[in-house]
Amino acid sequence: MAEHPRFTRPITAHEADKGQAITFDQPLPLDCGRSLSPVTVAYISHGTLNADKSNAILICHALTGDQFVASNNPVTGKPGWWISLVGPGKPIDTDRFFVICANVIGGCMGSTGPADIDLATGKPYGLTFPLITIRDMVRSQKMLVDALGIEKLFAVIGGSMGGMQVLQWAASYPDSVRACIPIACAARHSAQNIALHEVGRQAIMADPEWKNGEYAIAGTFPSKGLAVARMAAHITYLSEAALQRKFGRNLQNRASLSFQFAPDFQIESYLHYQGAAFVDRFDANSYLYITRAMDYFDMAEEHGGKLAEVFRNSPTRFCIIAFTSDWLFPPAENKHVAHALNAVAGNVSFVVIDSDKGHDAFLLDEPEMYAAVDGFVDAVAREVGIA
Amino acid sequence: MSLRPELAAIADMIRPGTRVLDVGCGDGELLDHLVRAKCVDGRGIEISQQNVNACVARGLSVVQGDADTDLAEYPGGVFDAVILSQTIQATEKPAKVLTDMLRIGRRVAVSLPNFGYWKVRASLVAFGKMPRTRTLDYNWYDTPNIHLCSLADFVDLTQTVGATIVEAHALDANGNTRRMRPDAVNRGYLGPNLWAPGAIFLLKKS
Repeated sequence: MAEHPRFTRPITAHEADKGQAITFDQPLPLDCGRSLSPVTVAYISHGTLNADKSNAILICHALTGDQFVASNNPVTGKPGWWISLVGPGKPIDTDRFFVICANVIGGCMGSTGPADIDLATGKPYGLTFPLITIRDMVRSQKMLVDALGIEKLFAVIGGSMGGMQVLQWAASYPDSVRACIPIACAARHSAQNIALHEVGRQAIMADPEWKNGEYAIAGTFPSKGLAVARMAAHITYLSEAALQRKFGRNLQNRASLSFQFAPDFQIESYLHYQGAAFVDRFDANSYLYITRAMDYFDMAEEHGGKLAEVFRNSPTRFCIIAFTSDWLFPPAENKHVAHALNAVAGNVSFVVIDSDKGHDAFLLDEPEMYAAVDGFVDAVAREVGIA
Repeated sequence: MSLRPELAAIADMIRPGTRVLDVGCGDGELLDHLVRAKCVDGRGIEISQQNVNACVARGLSVVQGDADTDLAEYPGGVFDAVILSQTIQATEKPAKVLTDMLRIGRRVAVSLPNFGYWKVRASLVAFGKMPRTRTLDYNWYDTPNIHLCSLADFVDLTQTVGATIVEAHALDANGNTRRMRPDAVNRGYLGPNLWAPGAIFLLKKS
């Protein structure tokens, strides 16, 4: 059943651990009313599952993340995106816990997504791929966790869109998750965030190479559109203060302004680089589908707007972490979740960390975040009796 | 590590294994003791971000928040005890905070400094200036203590918000506690209002 995953993009680091993939014959029912079948979930694991299977931690990745959280990425060759937090002796200690990270469905790193072949037509899904939601992603992760024989996760942790999945885990499977650590996220996507995503999607769809999503068949790729989407999004991951500190008005490889539109400023070169690097590793249609999934996220909706109802009688312990300079998922949005949990006497910690690094702070070196995760995880581990 | 006598006296009021909310829990000293020694299901609210982070790093369930605004979020009757240790004088609306706490918890423990303490009174009389004492060691212009009261004032407030004192301890100058008779306190007899720098009260809704 387990196999090596197939990636949309070529592998550059052949020595890197490619992880596993499980293809399920049972269909994955989706919120849109359709279902995916067969469906593959690609994942990687670190550490060892203990005898009573009580030490499993699921890590949920963000919009453009993947399962390579703590090991070299086979496509880019770069180190794992959360090696500062996850590894031997780290706050998410792979010597102590069995750590799983799965690529989301709709993604392009081995889990079923729009670049895959639709068995019904023999052609890549493209825009015939069904719209997916955060809850669908979590449902596919539950299938994986079940397949691994884990009844109850010790913890689910993730930042940004990963944090949305964490909250959804607590809502969908309250008895299957002991502790939740949602970081830099919200219980719904704000109007501003939907607007920013729409700019990115329109940039992709305006690229003539996009070909109505059938670029794989046409042998093209909307690199320019996807790069612009990434550039715009990347600005939202930083903060005004961080941009000023890092780049200011510094010029790139020149002493004076060029009076042309080629990049004069370092910040321009930086964004161009971010855009170019991104198109080498990510699929344009995946970007459309996953941003849409985030836009659709609103946990309170089915409870008449009362978020607290989502968490009523939740047995899960929560540790919510926010960063002061995050304007994509500001502390107030995170606090909204903490308040909802308070309102039903949920067991919640809420930490705001002073940082000028913006939304991206959750991926960067933030000792106070490590201390919070470490303290929280250790306290829950002691409760459960995990050495 | 042994607990300060004042915190130990509050801890003695808490039954093991119950659910407790510590409002203004600081760096979590009392909460940590209650969780470890009394196995309570302990939660905290703390206004200082730095203190919250310290609490969470030691494994406590603490949210960053403000007693004045955030207690309103909590549902009624879900805590066995709510603690307000050396915090009421720093709140904007002490009556509202106390009312909220009595709604949230079956018992409410409050410790506070006594502005009726004879040294405070003497200092004001003798020097004509805002008193500075060991427990109230601030200049008037930078003190977080915006709603100071005497023990007698506080007992009046408990009656205003419909609470009965079920236990009372005076705190002496060394921080040691001395039990008062709650029935006497409820009737207004309050000798410690003169001699005690502070006190701890355990309240319930009348």
